[in-house]
Amino acid sequence: MSLRVLAAMSGGVDSAVAAARAAEAGHDVTGVHLALSKNPKSYRTGARGCCTVEDSRDARRAADAIGIPFYVWDMAEEFDREVVQDFVAEYAAGRTPNPCLRCNEKIKFEAVLDRAVALGFDAVCTGHHVRMVDGRLRRSVDIDKDQSYVLGVLTREQLAHAMFPLGDCTKAEVRAEADRRGLSVADKPDSHDICFIADGDTAGFLNQRLGDEPGPIKDESGEVLGTHNGAHTFTVGQRKGLNLGGAVERRYVLSIEPVNNTVTVGPREALQVDEIIGSRPVWSGCDPITEPMACEVQLRAHGEVYPCQAWQHDDELVVRLDEPATGVATGQAAVLYDGDMVLGSATIARTARREEAAPAH
Amino acid sequence: MVYLDHAATTAVRPEVVADMTEEFGHLGNASSLHGAGRRARRAVEEAREGIAEALGATPNEVVFTAGGTEADNLAVKGLFWARHQADPNRRRILVSAVEHHAVLDPARWMAEHQAAVYEELPVDEVGRVHPEVLRAAIERDPSDVAVISVMWANNEVGTVQPIHELAAIAREYTIPFHTDAVQAVGAEPVDFAASGVSALTMTGHKIGGPVGAGALLLTRDVDPVPVLHGGGQEREVRSGTLMTPLLRGFATAVRLAVEEREEHASRLAVLRDDLVAQVRAAVPDITLNGDPAGRLPGNAHISFPECEGDALLMLLDARGIECSTGSACSAGVAQASHVLIAMGATPDTARSSLRFSLGYTSTAEDIKALGEAIAPAVERARAALRKRRP
Repeated sequence: MSLRVLAAMSGGVDSAVAAARAAEAGHDVTGVHLALSKNPKSYRTGARGCCTVEDSRDARRAADAIGIPFYVWDMAEEFDREVVQDFVAEYAAGRTPNPCLRCNEKIKFEAVLDRAVALGFDAVCTGHHVRMVDGRLRRSVDIDKDQSYVLGVLTREQLAHAMFPLGDCTKAEVRAEADRRGLSVADKPDSHDICFIADGDTAGFLNQRLGDEPGPIKDESGEVLGTHNGAHTFTVGQRKGLNLGGAVERRYVLSIEPVNNTVTVGPREALQVDEIIGSRPVWSGCDPITEPMACEVQLRAHGEVYPCQAWQHDDELVVRLDEPATGVATGQAAVLYDGDMVLGSATIARTARREEAAPAH
Repeated sequence: MVYLDHAATTAVRPEVVADMTEEFGHLGNASSLHGAGRRARRAVEEAREGIAEALGATPNEVVFTAGGTEADNLAVKGLFWARHQADPNRRRILVSAVEHHAVLDPARWMAEHQAAVYEELPVDEVGRVHPEVLRAAIERDPSDVAVISVMWANNEVGTVQPIHELAAIAREYTIPFHTDAVQAVGAEPVDFAASGVSALTMTGHKIGGPVGAGALLLTRDVDPVPVLHGGGQEREVRSGTLMTPLLRGFATAVRLAVEEREEHASRLAVLRDDLVAQVRAAVPDITLNGDPAGRLPGNAHISFPECEGDALLMLLDARGIECSTGSACSAGVAQASHVLIAMGATPDTARSSLRFSLGYTSTAEDIKALGEAIAPAVERARAALRKRRP
């Protein structure tokens, strides 16, 4: 069946090949580059970014080569509100957000999808490395490039309007195909880091918005071991940048309390958690599970996968890990998998060690 | 394809293609002293004479440029520099708030990087500069105005300015007055001598000539400092090898546009009125922007409430109907038009607007196609905006 497809084109190789494949499959494809910054920089710095004027030009050239119409959509207002401001607010609250995941959830598969559907499109196509099988999300065959984690937050309704043509091949194959198709972005470096922090200095970006007020670094007993320049620049599990000088044993960030600007550190063992409570659970791969079910969970992008028992209790997701994990940060997503299939996800709200924690139910 | 974007560029006329094709077959640089050069020079000078005659200028008042933007830059920067050099007290550049970016941006650049002081002349709700507004601006200090620039007709909303009155005021104070007449030539009666302006920008590709050929008409009493230095062509004001084939085509286009202007303009006005009527019949709550009476015959600039112009443009494009949001783009993103904002529109209204512009290939069938496509497109675009701003 031929669908009216809106291909989100970042100017990179993946979305270009995805759009080309959708067009070749007989769909009526229109390319759209999302302008996400009010003041786009003219030139990209290094490999970063997907919203410079140059990226927009690359996307346009790819659309020309594929032979599809191309437009730029101004989504700067939505992106700032839903992604950038949320990013800052999450850090301010002591959590560690994933803005790419948030952008997929709120921009590509909400703001853009809603607008597209209203304008008569059936689906939004992106260059994410994931597979869709029977409306369910599965990991890419290229496990190093798999992006199911950053899409794990999508609902079944969102997935019903999503098209991911790249999940059955590797990144190397995508590049080779781009070259074969004459797409000039074939050799363009992968984008990484956070697109709206052009210089890659996340701490500087946060300090600018949240201030850089010094505060104490304490151990679990409350003893002050040092000072920091803003609790929001730390992430649970972080070891570097503490500058505790002569500490004999290695110390890791255990928790961040923005209210009193305190960072608590401790030994690696103290980082271990085996119970995770998630907010806003979404079940895209199965009906909501309310009794403990054996599955796997991924707790950060490109992170390890942990065997667990998971179920929904009231409006929260409970995940009990078979073995403890370390460095689990609130604000990240817990994405549940059955093999390579995404079952659902939630945002990590709290973590605990079971013997210390009250049972979830 | 239904092309309703003739104000962006229009089809090259067959007579122009024929003349340019013939000229491309000839060898010769118009500045060379030998036979081939003399032949090219003759073609250039005949083009100059033809353009001068069609527009009420003398041949030595025609300075060829690569187009409108270059002519505007030469006028604004060159006249400022000349006037400021003669008297350093002259710093003000007065421009209307609805100028094309080819005037606004050089003027602002001169204020940011040179000694200039940038000053905008406000317009009324139809985009018109009132003569008393210009007089009051000059009167604040007649001695410090370097140059004035007000366009003959607006490229977005089509409003025609009272150029003769404005130029007469500038002349009272002996201040050089430039007008960008890119949209006016071929649509309005443009007589350089009778208009009283000191400098007038025009270009070929809006009237069926080639892209890449334009001119600044300059009275002999103004002498702008060059922007391009080099071989000293064009009265030492604009260096660069003369593009003989383009200039021949340009001259042919100007001659035809001026000869046929009255008939062409009345035909377009009828089509344009029909366009507005059909769009209004399909979408009753539209507003026509610009001066309802004193406007370009081929221009219909329409606001569609509760719509985003770029969504509407995309939907019409998918139906083979080509128009414009009429405003400048930044990285492909349509910005709220400075012209509509200057006329008092809100940013939302500005973003809800489309420009339809007609030309010599426009037909009643084009208008009918738009009339049929517009209502469903507006309905969809409105649904999309409701999603965005519930």
